Amino acid sequence: MKIILENLTKKFISRDHKNSVVIAVNDFNIEIPDGKLVGLLGPSGCGKSTTLNLICGLEEPTEGKIYFGDIDVTNLPPENRGVGMVFQNYALYPHLTVRQNIVFPLENLKGPDKMSKEAMEEKAMEVARLVQIETLMDRKPSEMSGGQQQRVAIARALVKTPGVLLLDEPLSNLDARLRLQTREQIRRIQKETGITTIFVTHDQEEAMSISDLIIVMKDGIIQQVGKPQEVYNAPVNLFVARFLGTPAINVFKGQIKDHKVYIGEDAIMDTKASDQEVYVGIRPEGFVPSEKGVFTCRFDRIETTGRDTSVVCHNENCISDEDIRAIVDDDLYTHKDKVIRFNLKVHKTYVFSMDEKVIDE
Amino acid sequence: MDEIRKLERKSRIRNTLWKTVIFALLIAWAIIVLFPFYWMLLTSVKSYSSYNAEYIPKFFTLSPTIANYIQAFTAVPLAKYFANTLIFTLITTGLMLIIIVLSAFAFSRLEFKGKNLVFTLFLSLMMIPNELVIITNFVTITNAGLRNSFLGLILPSITSIFYIYLLKENFEQIPDELYKAAKVDGTSDFKYLWKVMIPICKPTIITVVILKVIECWNSYVWPRLITDDENYFLVSNGIQTIRESGFGRENIPAMMAAVVVISVPLILLFLFFHKKIMEGVSRGGTKG
Amino acid sequence: MNNKNNLKGWLYLLPAMVFVGVFMVYPLLDVLVYSFEESYNFASQTYNGIGLYNYSYVLHDPYFLQAIKNTFILVIITVPLSTGFALLISLALNSLTKLKDLFQTVFFLPYVTNTLAVGLVFMILFKKTAYSEGLINLLLNSFGLSSVDFIEGPYWAKMFVLCFYTIWVVLPFKILILTSALASVNKDYYNVARIDGTSKLRIFTKITLPMISPSLFYLIITGFIGAFKAYSDVVALFGTDLNAAGMNTIVGYVYDMLYGNSGGYPSFASAAALILFAIVLTITVINLLVSKENVHYQ
Repeated sequence: MKIILENLTKKFISRDHKNSVVIAVNDFNIEIPDGKLVGLLGPSGCGKSTTLNLICGLEEPTEGKIYFGDIDVTNLPPENRGVGMVFQNYALYPHLTVRQNIVFPLENLKGPDKMSKEAMEEKAMEVARLVQIETLMDRKPSEMSGGQQQRVAIARALVKTPGVLLLDEPLSNLDARLRLQTREQIRRIQKETGITTIFVTHDQEEAMSISDLIIVMKDGIIQQVGKPQEVYNAPVNLFVARFLGTPAINVFKGQIKDHKVYIGEDAIMDTKASDQEVYVGIRPEGFVPSEKGVFTCRFDRIETTGRDTSVVCHNENCISDEDIRAIVDDDLYTHKDKVIRFNLKVHKTYVFSMDEKVIDE
Repeated sequence: MDEIRKLERKSRIRNTLWKTVIFALLIAWAIIVLFPFYWMLLTSVKSYSSYNAEYIPKFFTLSPTIANYIQAFTAVPLAKYFANTLIFTLITTGLMLIIIVLSAFAFSRLEFKGKNLVFTLFLSLMMIPNELVIITNFVTITNAGLRNSFLGLILPSITSIFYIYLLKENFEQIPDELYKAAKVDGTSDFKYLWKVMIPICKPTIITVVILKVIECWNSYVWPRLITDDENYFLVSNGIQTIRESGFGRENIPAMMAAVVVISVPLILLFLFFHKKIMEGVSRGGTKG
Repeated sequence: MNNKNNLKGWLYLLPAMVFVGVFMVYPLLDVLVYSFEESYNFASQTYNGIGLYNYSYVLHDPYFLQAIKNTFILVIITVPLSTGFALLISLALNSLTKLKDLFQTVFFLPYVTNTLAVGLVFMILFKKTAYSEGLINLLLNSFGLSSVDFIEGPYWAKMFVLCFYTIWVVLPFKILILTSALASVNKDYYNVARIDGTSKLRIFTKITLPMISPSLFYLIITGFIGAFKAYSDVVALFGTDLNAAGMNTIVGYVYDMLYGNSGGYPSFASAAALILFAIVLTITVINLLVSKENVHYQ
């Protein structure tokens, strides 16, 4: 099902500060296409979970509309929206078995939708097979691993075949190895069912790896929407550029003078923009060591972390971190000099104005 | 589309209805809880004659008087009851505190033979109802000639196994490293208890004190058994005496004035510390 | 070193040991002894023999039987009612956001008040005297019902006031325990249930009730124990001569036997106290057995 958010706004009265208004979600306008896996991404406290709660109906928006398909569901209570939701802590009923947990939503059905015991059982087994927990049906949640609990929670959310599936930080309670597995599971389940799925995460790698579409948020405002790689390659502002990618992007203070971009004394690239102070962001993979490189840094050391070899160096104009990290292709790369020079890949180097917006070439 | 609007309206009506029912229930109970307090306050400021003249009691009075309070303090030794209760409460709570802190310290921090046995014994005694032991205690105190004395009132109530248990659990949460560090610095056990453990566990100790003060202030059964001399009556017994022999005649406004005087200290305590008290009771109180 | 440590440990424990020994352990043994010593004389501290006479006397004493009957009626009425009502109020409280603290504080007030003192107020509200009907009776009259003397009148009227006052007194503790139990249930369970379209009744029976069952069970057990030991609220309403009022309770009987109008019989008091203990123990064991089936511990 297609989801449209129109001028969606949610304001809270803050409890800690004296009646100050917090805008958790600020004027959202977005159309989420049918059958996609969408990652809602942002640092903690940016309003992603509130957005999710608005979509499922647990909270009411201050302004704006929510459409599922062509239907305005803004004021509809959650149970009538046909959504399934998986909570961060899974919220499995501890006193019920897996089977009872999954059947629970079906037992709520009334009137013409009411199902027979056998039909419920069959439906429960069907989703259990989908998430591969059919052998665990008689266990209690406390007797299962985090990953298994997660899958039970997904099964319970799916059992009524919702039009929309919402996942709140689905992987945050799992350890690193399980996280990789589980995100592939989520991807697979979403593809098999074709249900429009929105998941919230603060982990950019998680969002980048499985989403069809990512929405980057900050302070209740949508920063950028697009396919993960597009957003990564063409961030619209400094926040998005810094938020996506590990190791993080290196940011420098720079100037534009006479259609050239300078970091310190080094003219690193040409530009059409007018003279101004700027920020320059260079992705770690955007550095190419070269004897005659345009960008000069003080060499510190070489770090090898299994897959990547990176040169760690310093430059006084760098404002993101003391260490600049440049990933080099050659894993046997060595360097002896005190100074190191790089050429820069143009599509990995971004120039931002002082108000942090990207300056288009 | 109409279907959707109908669902919306249904849920809105249902929500409002629920809210109304809930508030009606809560307000009704709040009135039942508060009304006796209001009534005693109101009655206590009505004059004796006007109270008795009202066949249908009025819910307010235009000519409040403090005559009843004066009478409550002069016609019966209310001030004496009050002072007795204060002394009883302070001494009992103080002594109890010393005893439970020492034993909780021994149970939680010291290692000695027989500790676990004694602790198990203590725990099993927690299940014994007061009614069973009070009979012998009555005989013991009577035989010791301690009837109608503060000692007789106080002695049986200065140990509480439950509070020892509560405090011991709290003491045990203090990390061992602190104790080891103190030992390395040459701190004595007693100084460690006084300077480190007690300050850290202050919240629990305050809880215990508040609960014990409430218990002492309201205690009735033991004082009733052990005192028949008015000079040693506590407020609960005082109230009972006022009720039975009263002010020579059935002077309800004066009675209510006495009730107000007796209730005020705890209500004040509650108003100032209601967070602490409620927290303490939900952690360790029992009643009812 | 070891000996020194041992000594120190016992030294810290000494005060508690002394008091526990004298006022708890010894009395516990002694009460058993008393209960079997026949015709014990308090003044001369002598007895005639060992046997079950004390129990038999108590069990045949019409005052004791009346006390048993009163206590059982009180327990059977107040425990379920107060627990159920506390649950109702706690549920209502828990659904509030704004005035929750205020209501909670007000509801807790009876806990800190002197049972005897407020009992007097209740007595006045319910009492019918020569020159005043009493407020409650006026209220009844306004509904077209005739007045009843709740304090010195018919048995059931007295029992009604007693139950009402008992519930008023015990409710704060129960509300407090249940509201904190309800508040500690993770909100996500309710959110999930709402999204799944679970009805309020089903949320209550299938989620809330199992989640708070340990607290609820704790309240039922302590509620039974507390109600069986009812005494001071009865005194507050009906005065110290409970036998004359026909409203005595088992604990009241124990104290009356010990001291009071018919006092001076520690043997009878001990027998009665042990019978009470046996009753409470039986009920608690039954409770524990029932709970095994129904309580969910996380």
